[in-house]
Amino acid sequence: MVPTKKRGKSGSLSQLIIPLTALAILLLFNLIRDPGFYAIKVVTNNDGNSVLSGNLISIIDSASALAIIAMGMTLVTAACGGQDISVGAVAAISGAFFVKVANAGGTLTIGSVILGIVVAILGTIAFMMFNGTLVAVFKIQPMIATLILFSCGRSIAYWINGSATPQLISPIIQAMGMTIPGIPIPTPIFAVALMAILLGLVFKFTNLRLYTQSVGINQGAARLNGINPTAIKLLSFVILGVCVAVAAVIGVSRLGQLNHKTLLVDIEMDAILAVAIGGNNLGGGKFRLLGSVLGAYIIQMLTTTLYAMSVPPVNVKAYKAIVIIIIVVAGSPVIKNSVSSLVNRIRTGRKLSAAKGVK
Amino acid sequence: MQNDAVLTMRGIDKQFPGTRALNKVDFTLRKGEIHALMGENGAGKSTLIKVLTGVHEKDGGTIWVEGIDGEAHIHSPQEAQNIGIATVYQEITLCPNLSVAENMFIGRTEGQVVHWKDYEKRTTEILKSLGIPARAKQELGSCSLAVQQMVAIARAVDMNCKVLILDEPTSSLDDKEVAMLFSLMRDLKSRGVGIIFVTHFLEQVYEVSDRITVLRNGELVGEFAIEDLPQVELVAKMMGKDLNDLADLEEVGAKHHETGEVIYEAEHLSSSEARPFNFNIHKGEVNGFTGLLGSGRSESVRAIFGADRVTGGKVTVKGRNVKISKPHDAMKAGIGYLPEDRKKDGIIADLSVRENIILAMQVMKGFFHPMSKTQMEAFTDEYIKALSIKTASQDTPVGSLSGGNQQKVILARWLLTHPEYLILDEPTRGIDVGTKLEIQKLVLKLATEENMSITFISSEIEEMLRTCSRLIVMRDRNIVGELKGEQLTQAQVMKTIAGGEQ
Repeated sequence: MVPTKKRGKSGSLSQLIIPLTALAILLLFNLIRDPGFYAIKVVTNNDGNSVLSGNLISIIDSASALAIIAMGMTLVTAACGGQDISVGAVAAISGAFFVKVANAGGTLTIGSVILGIVVAILGTIAFMMFNGTLVAVFKIQPMIATLILFSCGRSIAYWINGSATPQLISPIIQAMGMTIPGIPIPTPIFAVALMAILLGLVFKFTNLRLYTQSVGINQGAARLNGINPTAIKLLSFVILGVCVAVAAVIGVSRLGQLNHKTLLVDIEMDAILAVAIGGNNLGGGKFRLLGSVLGAYIIQMLTTTLYAMSVPPVNVKAYKAIVIIIIVVAGSPVIKNSVSSLVNRIRTGRKLSAAKGVK
Repeated sequence: MQNDAVLTMRGIDKQFPGTRALNKVDFTLRKGEIHALMGENGAGKSTLIKVLTGVHEKDGGTIWVEGIDGEAHIHSPQEAQNIGIATVYQEITLCPNLSVAENMFIGRTEGQVVHWKDYEKRTTEILKSLGIPARAKQELGSCSLAVQQMVAIARAVDMNCKVLILDEPTSSLDDKEVAMLFSLMRDLKSRGVGIIFVTHFLEQVYEVSDRITVLRNGELVGEFAIEDLPQVELVAKMMGKDLNDLADLEEVGAKHHETGEVIYEAEHLSSSEARPFNFNIHKGEVNGFTGLLGSGRSESVRAIFGADRVTGGKVTVKGRNVKISKPHDAMKAGIGYLPEDRKKDGIIADLSVRENIILAMQVMKGFFHPMSKTQMEAFTDEYIKALSIKTASQDTPVGSLSGGNQQKVILARWLLTHPEYLILDEPTRGIDVGTKLEIQKLVLKLATEENMSITFISSEIEEMLRTCSRLIVMRDRNIVGELKGEQLTQAQVMKTIAGGEQ
C-alpha cells in the first residue's frame, strides 16, 4: 500500500528547525532580559505622520535589504553550488544607476524615480549576467568569478556618478526609504513582502524550483532530462540581479544619498550566512527561501539585541560571530547525525525497557 | 611456486559489505611475460589489482614476490612500490605542469640538495634507451597522452619495478600510439619485467600478450597460454558460458518481429564518444546493441539521444529529417533514454520519488507549464502501482530506495512521457532477479501492446536474446555484425563479438 495523502512537509520542515529554534531562543532571551523589548508604540515622526516604533519594527525594517538579497543568493547557491560575493559591490552599481537616472532631470519626480528603479534593475541584471556567464558558461568557481566585481564594483559605481556622495532629497525618496505618509509601517518591509510574493508566483507558475534543484543536485542527470543547466544558472543570477537592485534602492532611499563606499557594505557575507542559517546546503540542491529570510532576520535581531545590551559597536561583530558559530555548528551534518542517532537510541532503549517491563 | 615467477598470488579472498569481490583467486606472473587480466564488469579485476598494490587489504590468501623472503605483506601503495610493484593507471597520475625529468624523479630524490642537472641527464638517457620521443626539460602536459603514459612507465621501470601493472592503458590512445606503447611493452618484456595488462580490447590482448587469466564474478576461470585460447572461447569464458553446451541451444521467446515503418534512422551518426555508425529501428521492434564492456554500445545510444556532443550524421524520425544535438531535441522527437549509470545520470537523489517520476514529462510540457500537484500525484500513484515501486511514500527521496526501485522510478519517468522510441541501457544491472524478469516482460509488453520501439542493452546475452528480435554487435567501438532470426543464438552472438579467426 502506498500512503499518498501524507504530504512531504516533514522533510522540508526539518530544514527550518535550526533557524526557527534560533529565532525562538533569541526572542525568549530578549523577553527575559527586557520585558519591554517588544513594545510597539505609535509615535509621530518629524514630518508629523504617525508611525509604528519599537525594536521589533526596527529589526524587521533594517533586515529588509538583507532578506531580499538572501532570497536571490539562495537561488544562485541552489543552482550553482556556490555563492556570489559581489552583491554588495554590485548593489553600489545599482544605486549609482538609480541615482543617476532619478536625478537626471534635475528634480526628482515619481516618473524619474520609477525610471531610475527600472534602469537600476536592468543595469544590475547586465552585471549579474557577467557573473552568471563566467559561472555557467565558463564553469569558473562562483567565488572566483564574482571576486572580479567584488573588487571593482564600487569603483564602477563611482565612475557612473562622478561625485562621491550624490544626494537625493525628496519626499518620494523619504517615502521609499522610511514610511509613506498615512501608512505606519516602514516601506522597505513592503518591498520584502513584494519580492517574496513575486518569487512565490514565479515558483507557482514556472518550474523554476524543480529545475533549479535538479541542476543543483545532479547537473548531468538534469541535462539528460532535457533541462539546460547553463540557462538555469544564468536565470538564478538574473533573479539575484533583480534582488540586488531592489535592495540597493532601499539602501539609497533610507539615507537619501549614495555613498558608493558604504552602501550595503559587507552584505554579501551576511547574505551567505542567512542562506546557511536557513538550513540550505551551500553546495547546492534543495532549498527553502523561507529559511534564508528567517536567517536574515536572525542576523539582524542579533545585531539589534547586542546594541540594546549596550555592547560597544566594535565588539558587536565578535559577539555576533560567537552566536553564529553555535547556530552553524548546531546545523552541521555531524551534529545533526549524532542528534538523530541519540534520539533513535533513546527510543529503542525505551522500547527495550518497556519490553523488559512486560516480561 | 614456479621458479621463473616474479609474482605469485594464491587463494586471494576479499570481501566487501554485501559482496564477495574475490573468492580464492590465484594469479601467477612470470619473468618477462605480458599477462592479460580479463573479465567483464564486476569480475574482480580491479579488486585484484588493488589488493596487489595495497589499496585494499586482502582478507585471505598469500602473495609471494621474487626477491622477498617469505610472504609479502602489502599495506599501502608505497609498500607495493618499494617491493617493485608499479602501476600506471588509465588516467595519468603525473603532474602535467612539471617537466618530464621532474616527473620522473619527483618524490624519490635523495638527500637535501636536489641536482636537477643530473636528473635531467639521467632522464635523457632513460628516454633514449626506451625510445620515448620526449625531452627531459619539456613540460609533461605538452606531450601527447601516449608519451605521458610512456613517461609514467619509464618512471616505474627506473624504480626497478619487477611487476608493472598497466590498467586500461590504451583506452584513450589512437592506433599509432597503441603501436608505440606495445613496442615499449615488448622492450620491457625482453628486459625481464613482468607486465599485467588490463584491457577490454580483445584484439590488443591477442596482439601483445603471452598469457591470459580470466576472472568472472570474483572467481578464477582459468589461466591460458594465448595460443590455447581462441578469441571466441575467451569471450565465452568471460561471459561464463561453455561453448559446447551452447552450440545447439536455441533461444525461443515471445519475440516480436518488426513489421511497421521505420521510426528512427541514423546515417553515419557520430559523437565525441562514438565512431560513425548506421542504425535504424522499426515501429514495435525491440533491438539491441551487444558487445563487451567498452565496445561502444552505450556510446552509440548516447549519440542517438544527443547525450554526448553529436559531431555528424543524418537522423530521420518517421521519415522527417531532424537535428538531435541535445537530449531535449531527442525528447521532442519522441525518444526516451534510460542511462547506463543510474546514480550518475539517472536519479536526482535528493528529490522525491514524485519529482523524479514527473521530471521528464514536466520538462516536455515546458518551463511555464508546471503540472498541478494533484496531477503529479495521480501520475505518480499510477506508475508506483503499475511498476510496483516499493517506496514509503511519494515524497521519499529517491536516493533512499533500493537500486531496483530507483531503476523503476526512472523507467516510470520515461514511460510517463509515452515515447515512441525508448532506449534502455542496462536497465537490469545490479537489480534482483525478480525485478529483472519484470522489466524484461514489460519491454516485450510495451512493444507488442503499445507498439513502442525499444533498444535494449544488457551485459547478459540471455536477456538480450529473450527480448530482442535483432542484435547489433559491436567490437572495439565499431559495429561488426547484425544478427536476427535463426542467427540469434548465444554461440553465434559470441562468435560475432569475438570475430577474428572464427
